[in-house]
Amino acid sequence: MGECADKLQVRGIAKRYGEIDALLPTDLTISSGEFLTLLGPSGSGKTTLLQMICGLVPPSQGRVIIDGQDQTDTPVHKRDIGLVFQHYALFPHLTVAENIAFPLEMRGLRSADVRTKVNDALELVRLSELGTRFPRELSGGQQQRVALARCFVYQPSVILMDEPLGALDRKLREHLQVEIKQLHRKTGATIIYVTHDQEEALAMSDRICLMNQARVEQVASPRDIYARPETSFAARFIGTSNVLAGKAEGKEQGPSVRCGSRSFGTQAHRFVEGEDVALVVRPEAISLRGEGENRLKGRVIETIFGGADVSVLAEMEEYGTLICRVNATSTTPALGEVVEFSWPSSAAVVVRR
Amino acid sequence: MMHLTQLPAQNRFRPSAIWMIVPAIGLLAFFFLWPVLQLLTLSIYDQNGALSGDNYARIVSTPLYLRVLTVTLRISAITACLSVLLGFPLAYWMAGLSPRARSRVLIFVLIPFWTSYLVKTFAWMLVMGRTGVINQIVGAAGGEPLSMLQGEGAVIVGMVHGMLPLAVLTMLPVVTSVDMRLLQASQTLGAHPAKGFWLTFVPLSLPGLTSAWLLTFITSLGFFIVPALLGGPQQTFLAQLIISQIQQLLNFAFASTLSVLLLGATFIAWLAYDRLFGMSSLSGGATVPRSQSNVLRLVGRKILSVCAAVSQMIASAAEWILPAGIMSRLAPMYCGLVLFFLAAPTLVVVPVAFTSSSFLDFPPAGYSLRWFDLYLNSPLWINATLNSFVIGFASAAIATIVGGLAALGLAKTDMRWKGAIFALMLSPMIVPRIVYGVGLMYLFAGLGLIGTRAGLIIGHVILALPFTFVTIAAVLKNYDWRLDQAAATLGAARLKVLARVTVPLTKGALIAAFLFAFITSFDELTLAIFVSGGIMTTLPKQMWDDMFLQLNPTIAAASVVVFALALLLLLVAERVGGKKTA
Ligand SMILES: Nc1ncnc2c1ncn2[C@@H]1O[C@H](COP(=O)(O)OP(=O)(O)OP(=O)(O)O)[C@@H](O)[C@H]1O
Ligand SMILES: [Mg+2]
Repeated sequence: MGECADKLQVRGIAKRYGEIDALLPTDLTISSGEFLTLLGPSGSGKTTLLQMICGLVPPSQGRVIIDGQDQTDTPVHKRDIGLVFQHYALFPHLTVAENIAFPLEMRGLRSADVRTKVNDALELVRLSELGTRFPRELSGGQQQRVALARCFVYQPSVILMDEPLGALDRKLREHLQVEIKQLHRKTGATIIYVTHDQEEALAMSDRICLMNQARVEQVASPRDIYARPETSFAARFIGTSNVLAGKAEGKEQGPSVRCGSRSFGTQAHRFVEGEDVALVVRPEAISLRGEGENRLKGRVIETIFGGADVSVLAEMEEYGTLICRVNATSTTPALGEVVEFSWPSSAAVVVRR
Repeated sequence: MMHLTQLPAQNRFRPSAIWMIVPAIGLLAFFFLWPVLQLLTLSIYDQNGALSGDNYARIVSTPLYLRVLTVTLRISAITACLSVLLGFPLAYWMAGLSPRARSRVLIFVLIPFWTSYLVKTFAWMLVMGRTGVINQIVGAAGGEPLSMLQGEGAVIVGMVHGMLPLAVLTMLPVVTSVDMRLLQASQTLGAHPAKGFWLTFVPLSLPGLTSAWLLTFITSLGFFIVPALLGGPQQTFLAQLIISQIQQLLNFAFASTLSVLLLGATFIAWLAYDRLFGMSSLSGGATVPRSQSNVLRLVGRKILSVCAAVSQMIASAAEWILPAGIMSRLAPMYCGLVLFFLAAPTLVVVPVAFTSSSFLDFPPAGYSLRWFDLYLNSPLWINATLNSFVIGFASAAIATIVGGLAALGLAKTDMRWKGAIFALMLSPMIVPRIVYGVGLMYLFAGLGLIGTRAGLIIGHVILALPFTFVTIAAVLKNYDWRLDQAAATLGAARLKVLARVTVPLTKGALIAAFLFAFITSFDELTLAIFVSGGIMTTLPKQMWDDMFLQLNPTIAAASVVVFALALLLLLVAERVGGKKTA
């Protein structure tokens, strides 16, 4: 069921380069109009997955299915896929307008149609004035907008973007993030977006596919992946977390995890007694006023002012450093002071180690 | 960091920067511009030293000279076109290799450089002659013997063989610097691979292709050995007429008039090139095409799109007909064939050197070491070989230092003269050697430098300067000058900076420049014919003389010895240069 709404499926796709696994067998399904982000550290296989989807790299095994049809062996230029490169890959010998016209000419459109579509695309990215310039005469942000226009102009039903904003400064990134979101909404295209910036992923995606060491670690909506990470890697990579290693404990005293000499209450979990797990508590769930069921004493070693809030780092006796985030308007403890931290069991997530 | 980059580099370096360029300018002005100009003025005097237009009148009124000029231009243009066409796929294939594999392949490409023109041309005679290798094969297959020598085809084969390495070497830096991702991008945008290649890779390689064309064309204009040995009377080149005017008729004025003709043709080609593509693209590296006139651009795009459409059709048809695996192996197969073509004469020469007969024949009737014996025991040959090495090393060292200093000086200044100096540095590359040779002979006759080692070294330095200059300038373009400034702020004096920072960091380019200069000198015959004399000969000159006296396999033995020595030298250079020599 649901085959029709699935825009794109990869089944057991994998890539080996000699001894190196660039990507272990992976399954992924993306539905029509979705904005999916591939997020992961450098070398985790994001680009490899993307290149196999668009056909630039042949997979070692597995299939790529687009609109219900197996396209694993379709050559690149015959797939209805757009790709935006990290360093734009604009043709330096063509003007902006000629760059944007390129995919239309490849599809044999009449020149009058090409002209109107190019103008529309230039307008879409607000570069109407710059059509006759060469790419080298544009700023980085403008070049990236041309790359976007060149991709959106022929309305491919799937658009892949490999760290399209990676080379830009922070302000410009945020600006273009909004533009990409709006283009997505206007065109209804299915977008697979690669980044290793977790904030970007959280801000833009319908779902995030978190990758690590050539594997998919977790696929979930930004909210879920933040609130319910499944592995300690996911908890550490997305947002800040306090992670305590321990062993899952039985049901009689309620769901809990034993870490060293103590046992902490947690959310309900699916692990069996004695299994190696980790306990994850987000810094904002920890308070200094002792409202939660779980308590720990620690000596404050650093306070970091972050605008709306203050991060407090403290040294626990048995568990190393703990970070907690408190409202900047409340009073912050002094350095060296011993404070009792506490959090509710409902805020403690149990994850695979 | 800001203030580091803004250290007043220009102010501090300006005086010394100019001094760095002076040796190069001085050498070129006195030993290149002056003799060439002198030669040109010679053409407007008659035999008795009076001003006259007789020489030019003779050229205009005699159809022979214009016909020879046309033949020279036509065969040179065909040679240049073929060299670029055959070389481009090879360069493209090499661009896709790892740097290590690429420098290995490059050694193969350069093999012809290490065998003197004379020997190579002889080898082609052995291959294409009436009883040559090809006809032996044809005969074995039961065919009629073909007559290939004494015709335009044979001349073109010999010339393309000589020019192909130069073409590949010239275009390679541009071709390798084209961003391969642009090809991928064109495919994701819907272009068939064959089409994408024509619409992105070819236009981006164009600066390399055009400069390769120009250099091979101009070099071809001055050829005389290949047309003399492989061609018939119909394939006489202008250079042959110039030589016979000097050596047989002693008519210098008319020789210089013919040189003017050749130089004029070169200049027109060169000006047209500058007009169309800009001279700076001669210096290698990917230059984005500068804003050309719109008409030219549009015409170019039209031509490319037609080529793209045609090649897409061919490629699609080929995919349809040929088995799937073949397509991907086509490129390596083609490159293998080209490399075989380049190595063929050397492959012929080696067995010939070991022949036991007194003739150059292939395959040899029997084997012996007698010709090596003769070579090693002949003071004349050994002397010439030693001379060639000494002159090669000396001129390569001087050309590398002088050219390197000029490149350094030019990189550090923002003078208004930059363009003019650049043109001056490249000028020996664009004046046919034969023209320069005649001019130099005239100058040296007055200075008593004919038949001296110093004279030959000076001439070879001039010939090698453009190559060393361009090679080093290309690397300095991307050099991080802040490193020098950092060393200066750390207390290093200017010469210390040069010795401890700049030179070590550009070692690869310096070695490449040195090798380039060495090859240029080592294979140089034209100048040697005019300015050497007596016992002061070089190896190519000795081979040339030997050829007229008694043609025997000694020259094959000599070139095998030289080839082995050169290979050794190359391996040592690769060791010393490490990975940077690529
Ligand atoms: N052509 C190749 N040959 C050999 N190994 C490769 C090749 N391409 C990628 N790899 C390896 O495959 C792994 C995954 O690479 P990939 O480019 O997919 O990572 P990535 O997640 O895109 O990283 P980044 O965020 O740095 O772009 C890496 O370990 C890389 O070294
Ligand atoms: Mg990547």
